[in-house]
Amino acid sequence: MSRAVFLIERAGPMTTIQDRGRFGAQRYGINEAGPMDRAAYRTALAALGYEPGPALIETSLGGLALRCIQGDITVALAGGGFRLTIDGETKGSWCVATIRAGQRLEIKPGPWGSWTCLAVAGDIVAKPWMGSVATHAPTGFGAGVLKTNDEVIIDNAQVLEAREGLLPFPVTGKPRDHVRVVLGPQQQFFAPETIDAFLNTNFTLSGEYDRMGVKLTGAKIAIEGALDMPSQALPRGSVQIPGHGDPLILLSDHQTTGGYPKIAVTIGADQDGFCQLRPRQNVRFSAITPDAAITAARSRAKAETAYLDRLRRRTNA
Amino acid sequence: MYPRLVPVADCGLLVEFGDHIDPVINAQVATFDRDLMARGFPGFTESVPSWSAVLVGFDPLITDHEQVRALAETIIATMKPGAAKRARHEVLACYDDDLAPDLAIMAQKTGRTPDEVIAAHLSGTYVVGMMGFAPGYAYLDGLPEPIRLPRKTAPVRGVPKGSIMLAGSQCIVSTVTMPSGWWVIGRSPTRILRPENHPPVLFDMGDEIIFKRIDRKTFDAMSTEAAS
Repeated sequence: MSRAVFLIERAGPMTTIQDRGRFGAQRYGINEAGPMDRAAYRTALAALGYEPGPALIETSLGGLALRCIQGDITVALAGGGFRLTIDGETKGSWCVATIRAGQRLEIKPGPWGSWTCLAVAGDIVAKPWMGSVATHAPTGFGAGVLKTNDEVIIDNAQVLEAREGLLPFPVTGKPRDHVRVVLGPQQQFFAPETIDAFLNTNFTLSGEYDRMGVKLTGAKIAIEGALDMPSQALPRGSVQIPGHGDPLILLSDHQTTGGYPKIAVTIGADQDGFCQLRPRQNVRFSAITPDAAITAARSRAKAETAYLDRLRRRTNA
Repeated sequence: MYPRLVPVADCGLLVEFGDHIDPVINAQVATFDRDLMARGFPGFTESVPSWSAVLVGFDPLITDHEQVRALAETIIATMKPGAAKRARHEVLACYDDDLAPDLAIMAQKTGRTPDEVIAAHLSGTYVVGMMGFAPGYAYLDGLPEPIRLPRKTAPVRGVPKGSIMLAGSQCIVSTVTMPSGWWVIGRSPTRILRPENHPPVLFDMGDEIIFKRIDRKTFDAMSTEAAS
């Protein structure tokens, strides 16, 4: 059995091991965690021939540098416009490359994007928590946050030379500065003109952005009447309005419940693109019907499935 | 007006039974949740119950709002709140001073002695009204009236896991070390979050909880055992 070992030489603060996520336990206060850009997660794995499920490394604008201290292994990077180098040689942004014993791999933020996924041709050794290694950063449950001097052990490491090279870039991989939402479920807490203002404001992502979510600025959203709502389920993608009036968009490490009203919930099809915006970039929202949101989910899934199937079959021969 | 069914984006239906915390509304939530969990449906992803509402999660690639709404209406039409027997769990509690940083101040604020606060806490039968916020955080409703206080004005950092915390009509036994603005009156060695089990939390929505006092020796022995 071949093994590869990475020694983390430098890890940005939001570098974690993630798998697809931990589903079905929000009723116990346990959220999904999982990748921020879920399509990027699936893409990085498909580039190595895998179906979704295995663990990979997610990093953000802080980037990542690691040295392969044992074994040779092929890796794939997808998500955001990051740059992958091996021993200083640029391999590309969305790409497959092989790192050999002694070589140094670096991921740096490029011109755009906030999150990227590094998949490996092999099995990352990580202890699951409740059946999943997905890291919930606030509690550390899951495989955990990666820090300088940590080692990542990969069993069944493989070199897949036929897969090396650049990946075709899907249009859906871009950041989305126009995000579709379904209004509610607490529309009763907002005056009609407040909802209009929410839909007509060019918001800006603040620097308060981590795996739990991001705060937007641009217009204070006023809550009508007393804030007396009992806590209730807070799904991923919710646009929650706390007392300060700046919208909070809840993302992978969101709390499972919250007592602030949700003016809207972003549709699943637009969440990956939203995550790839950076602080200081703008975003606006438009409302669609619940049925149109389902149509959007289905058409996005169809296009992505075709793209991932092509990636899995792809060789550079 | 209630129950009220509200679609949530492309993957959920919020079933609201009311707009405030109330045992009758909460029992409807627990019953709907139980029936939904027992029944399931193609594309069902999860049920997330809370004080007065249930979020029914679904996979938009398999089902849609119309089908899920029809199913929710069927459950509402046939459900019988209060009919099912509630499971009951005993949670152990040690109230020694060093584990109960807020006991003295709570006693002062409620005009009782610390022993009376402890006795009042032990006299309650609590219901799991909601789980959320953090893994295994079960909001237990039913704190006796005389020892109810609003939460602290600011959260305290690093409240240890196992803390027995009170605010309003509620009690929580914390499962992770986190900041909290609740009043800490003791600590429990009972393992509530147990991720190696299925389900991963000792309680479920609607279950009944009672507390049993233990001495320090028992607490220390159980805490050592749990840590090993």
